Amino acid sequence: MAGIPFEQFLVQTVNGLVSGMILALVASGLTLIFGIMDVVNFAHGDLLMLGAFVGSGVFMSSGNFWAALLAAVVVVAVLGALLQVTTLRPLLGRDPLTTILATFGISLVLQNYALWQWGPSARNITEPIGGQFRLLYLQYPVYRIAIALLSGAIIGGLWLFMKYGKYGIWIRATTQDRVMASAMGIPVPTVHAAVFAIGAGMAAASGVLFAPLVGVTQTIGLDFTLRAFVVVVVGGMGNLGGSILASIFVSLLEAYASLFVSPAQAVIVSFVVLVLTLLFRPTGLFVPTPK
Amino acid sequence: MLTLREVHAHYGKSHVLHGVSIDVGPGEVVGLLGRNGVGKSTTLKTIMGLVRASAGAVTFEGRDLVGLPTHRLPGLGIGYVPEDRRVFRLLTVLENLRTGLDRSVVTPARREELLEKVYRHFPVLRERRNQAGGTLSGGEQQMLAIARAMVLEPKIILLDEPTEGLMPRMVGQIREIIEILHKEGVAILLVEQNVPLTLAVSDRVYIMEKGVVRHEGTAAALRADDAVIHQYLGV
Amino acid sequence: MTSATGVLRTDGLTVRFGGLTALNNVSMSVPRGQIRAVIGPNGAGKSTFFNCLTGVIRPTSGRIVFDGEDITGLPPYLISRKGLARSYQITNILPRATVLENVRIAAQSRRYNWRMLRHHRAYTDVLDRAHAVLASVGLDDKAEELAANLSHGEQRTLEIAIALATEPKLLCLDEPTAGMSVAETHYTVEVIRRIAANLTILIVEHDMEVVMGLASAVTVLHYGEILAEGSPAEIQANARVQEVYLKI
Repeated sequence: MAGIPFEQFLVQTVNGLVSGMILALVASGLTLIFGIMDVVNFAHGDLLMLGAFVGSGVFMSSGNFWAALLAAVVVVAVLGALLQVTTLRPLLGRDPLTTILATFGISLVLQNYALWQWGPSARNITEPIGGQFRLLYLQYPVYRIAIALLSGAIIGGLWLFMKYGKYGIWIRATTQDRVMASAMGIPVPTVHAAVFAIGAGMAAASGVLFAPLVGVTQTIGLDFTLRAFVVVVVGGMGNLGGSILASIFVSLLEAYASLFVSPAQAVIVSFVVLVLTLLFRPTGLFVPTPK
Repeated sequence: MLTLREVHAHYGKSHVLHGVSIDVGPGEVVGLLGRNGVGKSTTLKTIMGLVRASAGAVTFEGRDLVGLPTHRLPGLGIGYVPEDRRVFRLLTVLENLRTGLDRSVVTPARREELLEKVYRHFPVLRERRNQAGGTLSGGEQQMLAIARAMVLEPKIILLDEPTEGLMPRMVGQIREIIEILHKEGVAILLVEQNVPLTLAVSDRVYIMEKGVVRHEGTAAALRADDAVIHQYLGV
Repeated sequence: MTSATGVLRTDGLTVRFGGLTALNNVSMSVPRGQIRAVIGPNGAGKSTFFNCLTGVIRPTSGRIVFDGEDITGLPPYLISRKGLARSYQITNILPRATVLENVRIAAQSRRYNWRMLRHHRAYTDVLDRAHAVLASVGLDDKAEELAANLSHGEQRTLEIAIALATEPKLLCLDEPTAGMSVAETHYTVEVIRRIAANLTILIVEHDMEVVMGLASAVTVLHYGEILAEGSPAEIQANARVQEVYLKI
């Protein structure tokens, strides 16, 4: 640690927190879907990518970032619900491999559709809040902070909805005991479709928020999918709070690692954490010891 | 009100119900007795649609239940308290109750009334209303499971072995609750292995063996002459 | 008190899971050739007892002596090799193999562990044994049938045949007639009676007709302890046992 200026460390902390929040937005949708219907959604990153493309389309015609964000969320959420009802609902109760293959298939379809629809060149969304502010020795983009706050707000909203909303209780009950939930009159198939829609919507939101940083191409989802899975396992599958903590934890570690190695190599950190978690605390690092 | 006619059910290849026929009239308390493994719980699960009836008819107020998705049944007036209770462990007591209270047909005022009623019958639930369901004792969880079915304002409650695993003194409490429900006109189909309790609270009793009903009679008749009970439940 | 020729003996078998005592000081002895039924109301500890015998659970204290040898704490596969076979409530057959193959694989396990190069048809003694076992349970005419195509009752019988093919000294049957119709139950009881000749059998059951009809001795468990032991007639006449069954 000697020789690394403290300011660099602080800046990386901020970077880590920012990426952590976006990853958390992606991962929470993924863990929600897994928790409630035991579906490992391999198409999650592609829903993110789709959201970015839809957002870019709306942005180009309207010039309004927020309209783009809203449109992307709504369109992809509806698509998510349709996907769940047509392809995943009939597979409920079957061998888990079947649903994995199904979501993998959806992923391929979405990627190729995006290629066909929008072509191979990258699209763009301009950040809504420009400018920079002075963070220690750096000029730090305001937008990055804005993304982190916005992600936090969305996740916070989700948490409030799950904790206090009537439908939040339905979702939590269905996640814990789907049979008893239906015996209480909760329409479980509808809840499944709704949760998939919420997860898809959150992925789409991440896509639009992240787009100004990296541009919109068919592959932006891939980087997220893998890291989101790592985070979901480390945080405890189905555990919302855990996935958020794990997102921040892993992103911070990666950010600190990039002080020493290149960012491409820093990604190894997340996999090391994954392996350690599976070896020593397979139910999740941030989950209380299983009863 | 609730009728089963020659109902067959399978768990995979295992043929568990071999033609069960049962009737429960409005407001009646009907007991279903039998040894372990004879198919009592499976009968309740088949009514609830948790196990698909492979043959036979299940009707409620004239309406065919076979093939209906389970979540439609509470709306028809059927409540279910399963074996091993199945309270939502990570939801608070209040949230558990809300899964039954938050129905669109219920006004907020009525919800308050129902909640108050349940708290009056089960004061311990009021005390523990913000505690997670999983932290309650076995007996308290049983209270919660029954209360959760009560707030559905059901016409009939399917009760699966409510005294199992409970300390003997709690059996008296279960008996009281059943009697309260009976007084309110709620019908009950009670699956039990505890014979004295069942004979005390039921109007009529069925006895099952090996997937069929072997005997049907009034509880009064069985209290007077329990030879049949010994035959099918004793050793 | 404990018979030297007893096939199975347990001394003070106790199993505790945290605060729960599932088995408490269970001492019993099963003489060679007996059919012993273990009964008891729900939660009495019957499954725990079986799981202990077959090595699935390690007892907290106490000993299990099988054919003169202490097998306490041994892993299941070793216990099986020593001749303690078990059938399960959930059918464990290989559905995509034929009936004969299912039994042959079990019979083979007792003989040739290391010779890998000969064709299986060359092991005629194993094949003969498999056929003999199938004949003894009445499934010989279904030998070439796929196991998945058998009726439920026949599949449960196949389970018993598989256990038999391992040439056990003690056969443990876990609720063999669970979920069966009256007809299937009679069929299974007949099968068990037929194979009981050269075998010692321990059977957990809820169906009292099966228990009283088959068993020569009965042990009643209640809350993890032995409540009573004796002949079926003695158990039926035992008022305390009746109480326990009718009043839990």
